[in-house]
Amino acid sequence: MTMTTTKAPATAMPNALTSGKLPKYSPLWLLAGAFALSIAIFAVVDAAGGEAFNWAGMAVLAVVLFCVLIWLISRLVEGGRKATDRLVTALVSSAFAIALVPLISVTYTVIVKGVARFDLSFFTESMRNVVGAGGGALHAIVGTLLITGMATLISVPIGLLTAIYLVEYGRGRLARGVTFFVDVMTGIPSIVAGLFAFALFALLFDDPGIRFGFGGAVALSVLMIPVVVRSSEEMLKLVPNELREAALALGVPKYLTVLKVVLPTSIAGIITGVMISIARVIGETAPLLIIAGFTASMNYNLFAERMMTLPVFVYNQYASQGTDAQAYLDRAWTGALTLILIVALLNIIARLVAKFLAPKGLR
Amino acid sequence: MSKRIEVNDLNVYYSSFLAVEGVSLTIEPRTVTAFIGPSGCGKSTFLRTLNRMHEVIPGARVEGEVLIDGNNLYGAGVDPVLVRRQVGMVFQRPNPFPTMSIGDNVLAGAKLNNKRMSKSEGDDLIEKSLRGANLWNEVKDRLHMPGSGLSGGQQQRLCIARAIAVNPEIILMDEPCSALDPISTLAIEDLIEEMKQEFTIVIVTHNMQQASRVSDRTAFFNIAGTGKPGKLIEYDDTTTMFSNPSVQATEDYVSGRFG
Repeated sequence: MTMTTTKAPATAMPNALTSGKLPKYSPLWLLAGAFALSIAIFAVVDAAGGEAFNWAGMAVLAVVLFCVLIWLISRLVEGGRKATDRLVTALVSSAFAIALVPLISVTYTVIVKGVARFDLSFFTESMRNVVGAGGGALHAIVGTLLITGMATLISVPIGLLTAIYLVEYGRGRLARGVTFFVDVMTGIPSIVAGLFAFALFALLFDDPGIRFGFGGAVALSVLMIPVVVRSSEEMLKLVPNELREAALALGVPKYLTVLKVVLPTSIAGIITGVMISIARVIGETAPLLIIAGFTASMNYNLFAERMMTLPVFVYNQYASQGTDAQAYLDRAWTGALTLILIVALLNIIARLVAKFLAPKGLR
Repeated sequence: MSKRIEVNDLNVYYSSFLAVEGVSLTIEPRTVTAFIGPSGCGKSTFLRTLNRMHEVIPGARVEGEVLIDGNNLYGAGVDPVLVRRQVGMVFQRPNPFPTMSIGDNVLAGAKLNNKRMSKSEGDDLIEKSLRGANLWNEVKDRLHMPGSGLSGGQQQRLCIARAIAVNPEIILMDEPCSALDPISTLAIEDLIEEMKQEFTIVIVTHNMQQASRVSDRTAFFNIAGTGKPGKLIEYDDTTTMFSNPSVQATEDYVSGRFG
């Protein structure tokens, strides 16, 4: 025994530790086999019934087949522990694949249908006096950027200061109350936020038909503030207490400790949180429909007149199609594509900013 | 430069829990005083009352008085921020600011307080403090690099440099070597020996040899059991404490026998 393990040439003797294991790529081959089998079954069944090939059913059957097969084979060859491992790996991977399906489907559909009008005039023209084909969404893009920008301008100071209060200063009943109401605000339906802004400004200006961009920004910030508070709070909590103590022990007052130690340490995470909250509200339709209204014309003024936004533009194009329905549908899809691109762009910027500002040399 | 600390009948509470009871002691200027005792006996808590850092923990409060050259730290109208500028502190785990370079870390006390300082003044202060912490030669070529890139022992000496840069009278050290290897520990002990020319130093340590090596006076704290307050058992010259203590509990503790 000792002779063979020490003296045997490496090529002739397989490594004893690899015995009783499936070859490296066997799960992949098995997956391919499961799909082939499932395709065969569905091809026969669908052909017999005279129906079209059922792709979704085929995929589900293939995955189920794969899970059963990998578990059985692994159990026979490798034993119970490894079989459970392979089964759970298969289940987790399929859950991941299922989660990806809607994402890929939405992206694919929006891109395919959106490219039709993804041209220069879409980004340089408004819908003023356009009834058929042509026109663009410049007024909606400008509106979305203005209203979301204003909402960010309102929400970030309020949200960030609230988070700082909760983490650094808040004690006892008031802090608990604020936390509770922030949680409640997270759950406010967006239409309620829109109605709130509308009611507020209708009463303030005594104008029951009031529509303007700033109101939309207020409605959006009602939705945005709790998200900013929550994410900033988590980020501030991640700052080690030792850093606060180090600063305080140097004779630095508390407000400077927060301003110059805690915030710079967590700024990357806070910015990411703000970007996520922007992404959360930039696609809101209902509140803007109520308080910002819709229009076909350019409006750069947040404080007067109706203002178009991209989500409302998409809704509007789809809801009130003219005689040339396809032109309206194309514009709606391109509007949706533009919105997705804006959010993607914001996320990329946030990533870059976070990477640039993150404390260096920390892990 | 250094000042005398006088503590009279000090009780420390966390909310209603009495953590340290009835401590009275006097710490002379330009000495090193070591606090020893089992975990949870209130050494660190007591140490933190000497620059009002315990107030950072919600619910912590103090009865009694701490006099620094006759001025009561807990008198009405005393600003804890000013107290902490006179009484610096070094913590158990090295905690350089991750957003700052090595040089900025040394200047943190001034920079965070928005103090204006010319470039040359700043450079001088960096060099003086880093030399004071025995770190200058190791980092002088990379002052602009982040402080978190240094080794644990270097980071701890950086924290000491940061503490002495604000020019305090007294420096408190809360187990400054417990996260360090023996060589870094030696570097810091040598440093303490040098620093005592200028500062009054109080150090908490779990390492009996360290206490006997670096300190002039030693205070032994103990608790009767969990949930009971920590008390000062004995306070004397270090040589006496380790060779001929007057209380049996002290002898048991320093010789490694308990109970």
